[in-house]
Amino acid sequence: MESIKDKVAIIGMGCTKFGENWEKSADDMLVDSASEACEDAGIEMKDIQAVWFGSTRINTAEPCAAALKLDYVPVTRVENLCATATEALRNACFAVASGVYDIVLAIGVEKLKDQGMGGLGTVSGAGGNGTMEWGISAAMFFARMATRYMAHYGMTYEEFKQVLAKISVKNHHNGSLNPRAHFQREITEEMAINAPMVSWPLGLYDACGVSDGSAAAILCRADMAKKFRDDYVLVKGLGLAVGARQGYLQPSYDMVHMEETVRAGQQAYTMAGIKDPFKEIDLAEVHDCFTITEMVITEDLGFCPRGKGPEYVKAGTFKLDGKLAVNPDGGLKSFGHPIGASGLRMIYEIYKQMQGKAGPRQRKNPTLGLTHNFGMNPGSGIGSVTILGQRD
Amino acid sequence: MVGIVSYGAYIPLRRLSTGPQTERAVANWDEDSLTMAVAAAIDCLKNIDRKSIDGLYFATTTPPYGEKLAATTAAWAADLPRDILTADITDSLRAGTGALKIAIDTVKAGSAKNLLVTASDLRMGGGGMDTGFGDGAAGFLIGDKDVIATIEGSHSLSNELLDVWRASGVKNVRSWEDRFVFEEGYLKVLPQAVKTLMEKSNLSAKDITKAVFYGPDLRRHRQMAGILGFKPEQVQEPFFDKLGNTGASFVLMMLVAALEDSKPGDTILLAGYGDGADVLLFKVTDKVKNIKDKWGVKRSLASKMLMRSQDEYRAYRDFAATDPEKFGGASASVIARERDAIYALHGVKCLTCGTVQYPPQRICTQCHTKDNFTPYSFADKKGKVFTFTLKNGADIPAFARPGVDTMVDFEGGGRALFGMTDMIAEKVKVGMDVEMSFRTLGVGGGIHNYFWRCMPPRESWLGKETK
Repeated sequence: MESIKDKVAIIGMGCTKFGENWEKSADDMLVDSASEACEDAGIEMKDIQAVWFGSTRINTAEPCAAALKLDYVPVTRVENLCATATEALRNACFAVASGVYDIVLAIGVEKLKDQGMGGLGTVSGAGGNGTMEWGISAAMFFARMATRYMAHYGMTYEEFKQVLAKISVKNHHNGSLNPRAHFQREITEEMAINAPMVSWPLGLYDACGVSDGSAAAILCRADMAKKFRDDYVLVKGLGLAVGARQGYLQPSYDMVHMEETVRAGQQAYTMAGIKDPFKEIDLAEVHDCFTITEMVITEDLGFCPRGKGPEYVKAGTFKLDGKLAVNPDGGLKSFGHPIGASGLRMIYEIYKQMQGKAGPRQRKNPTLGLTHNFGMNPGSGIGSVTILGQRD
Repeated sequence: MVGIVSYGAYIPLRRLSTGPQTERAVANWDEDSLTMAVAAAIDCLKNIDRKSIDGLYFATTTPPYGEKLAATTAAWAADLPRDILTADITDSLRAGTGALKIAIDTVKAGSAKNLLVTASDLRMGGGGMDTGFGDGAAGFLIGDKDVIATIEGSHSLSNELLDVWRASGVKNVRSWEDRFVFEEGYLKVLPQAVKTLMEKSNLSAKDITKAVFYGPDLRRHRQMAGILGFKPEQVQEPFFDKLGNTGASFVLMMLVAALEDSKPGDTILLAGYGDGADVLLFKVTDKVKNIKDKWGVKRSLASKMLMRSQDEYRAYRDFAATDPEKFGGASASVIARERDAIYALHGVKCLTCGTVQYPPQRICTQCHTKDNFTPYSFADKKGKVFTFTLKNGADIPAFARPGVDTMVDFEGGGRALFGMTDMIAEKVKVGMDVEMSFRTLGVGGGIHNYFWRCMPPRESWLGKETK
């Protein structure tokens, strides 16, 4: 097996404002993010040779070609739940690395706010084709992990909620510094702790919101990236692991980790040659669909030892000015989760940070960044990790 | 000798106060006549090989479907063999005793050897009529070996009368005026049928050890005891103040209670009423001493949860009565394909590595061997809550929030996801014991979606007065 490391470069990116974009359709947002990406790369839409288009609600490729008025180029629609946008990028990377295409577009969009729902249900949660009772909301699935985390590590509800509140406060703070975020207000720990319960022990501020958005990336072979710009960003590693319901079927599964995240991380670290992620990685955009998810991810990706998540959170290690900034752009907590766009939105932040263009959120000289998505449920999900780095 | 081989009962956990020191048993919002019948059947079949059962009759006035047998669903949920006789016996308060009589005759005729009779009802009545109603189910195994009570005689009487009735498609039972109902119906017809059987059998009232007979309420039940000439100690307690009148299952539940207290040699008279009367005479044998580990009536009555209010109970029944055709529901073809997993709660056990798993898989989760499984039932397995969440979401009706969603690890292996029922949400903990109960998740598109939920062991409610 060969590594993807340093074979593909990101030369342009675009990202819409995330939020309740009542005045924008999915087509509008696709046009906005793709145009920004092309402009950023210094190319025109007609230069794009192939497209990987991520969306969970639009289930075919044609709407993307139609929105962007592409000239009979191949468009592939990809879907992998919460990792959908990252999947668009991942598959686009392989096409570029193969040498078949020189310039391609990876783009994702989700228009959730036309669906008249206040919260994300799950597209695949009901067992037995709707006849069993596996639960219907994402909050329930991640709350199971939260309850187990307390029991496994002997934490009281009060201790536990305080830690989760700190994660929420951190991400909302970062989001307050980001004009593209859906929610740009700071919150307090008290607000998070006392918020209405969604699925005990997870409350309103433990969950992410429902938003619209789109993000896009222009990729080319690394050896031609210099033609477009000096500050291109290189793909260093790609990992994807899909669970087979081990956690639902096997009592040995502890439900305080997500094996798919661990495995996807290992794949990506191996490709990127990363030995000690906590020391080597400067910033990470991870899938904080719920606060508990972020904490467990930091353990799964080796940012802190198993069970030490709460300590690291309390020490502020993952804050914007901490040793390893986690969700510097505000995360899903501030952006909401337009499923088909989130992965590329995360990559957009790493890309801008690498170029020193992250404004008030800018970290000092970051060289290695990570993005992560987790789809479906603890016990059986989809883990996706992307490592990005500055050019030498 | 044909007769009763085993008995069982199910009384829902919830009790609604009907006055000082009086209450009635009421079904939870995820229970109906069928789910209660399944619970009674399982109680009846405790320590009995289910493969030996060759028939199931289900008696009720409140079947889940107008057209579609409930007995088949009950047989599937109770994990009975497939090549069996099934029938629903419905539309009368007398359905319970009718089913018992028909079952005895079926076994006598040699059409079945071990026939399970279940009777269950969840009736509603208008204008306060249902304040005397209770919900519950009884089960009897009828056979010709190891009989604990032999059938000694019977007499039936058919009587055309609109005294208590319910039209098709209508929720509430109604009745004609009291004086007509009792004097032209119950008080006239039941004594006539009892008298005929006693004469046929050369028996007088003093020969009966325990008299089990229907009564619409406590006052008329007492009046009937006088008419029939029984002393108070001969009369089976009717439980109006603890259980309520459970319709088609009422006298059968009283019969369970009578058998619980019986001694070898006792003579038990059973008299059911409704559109006439059925009277059956039983003699208790030595084998009655072998019956053990039953929930029956007395233990079921002693394990209960007091409901908070009449309004909460109303909300349960209103929820159950919401237009069943209105919402999309489960798929009929999916239910058919997965009926062993859904109704019988069958998982699989890998024949290569021994790992048990639910729901059934094609490829083993542990050793990855393909298609090398044997069915494995989780319905009778105890488990522990590995993790849970309290849900306030739209899938749970407002009156039942928070609902409890659990991940259960079973004794003997296996893990699966279930909703929890008959619990106090605030008391649910990681590691707590649970057992399984057959319930209805709701109706959609005219399809009842039956599945299993976990619950704190019924045992844990014994002797408690919990709200």
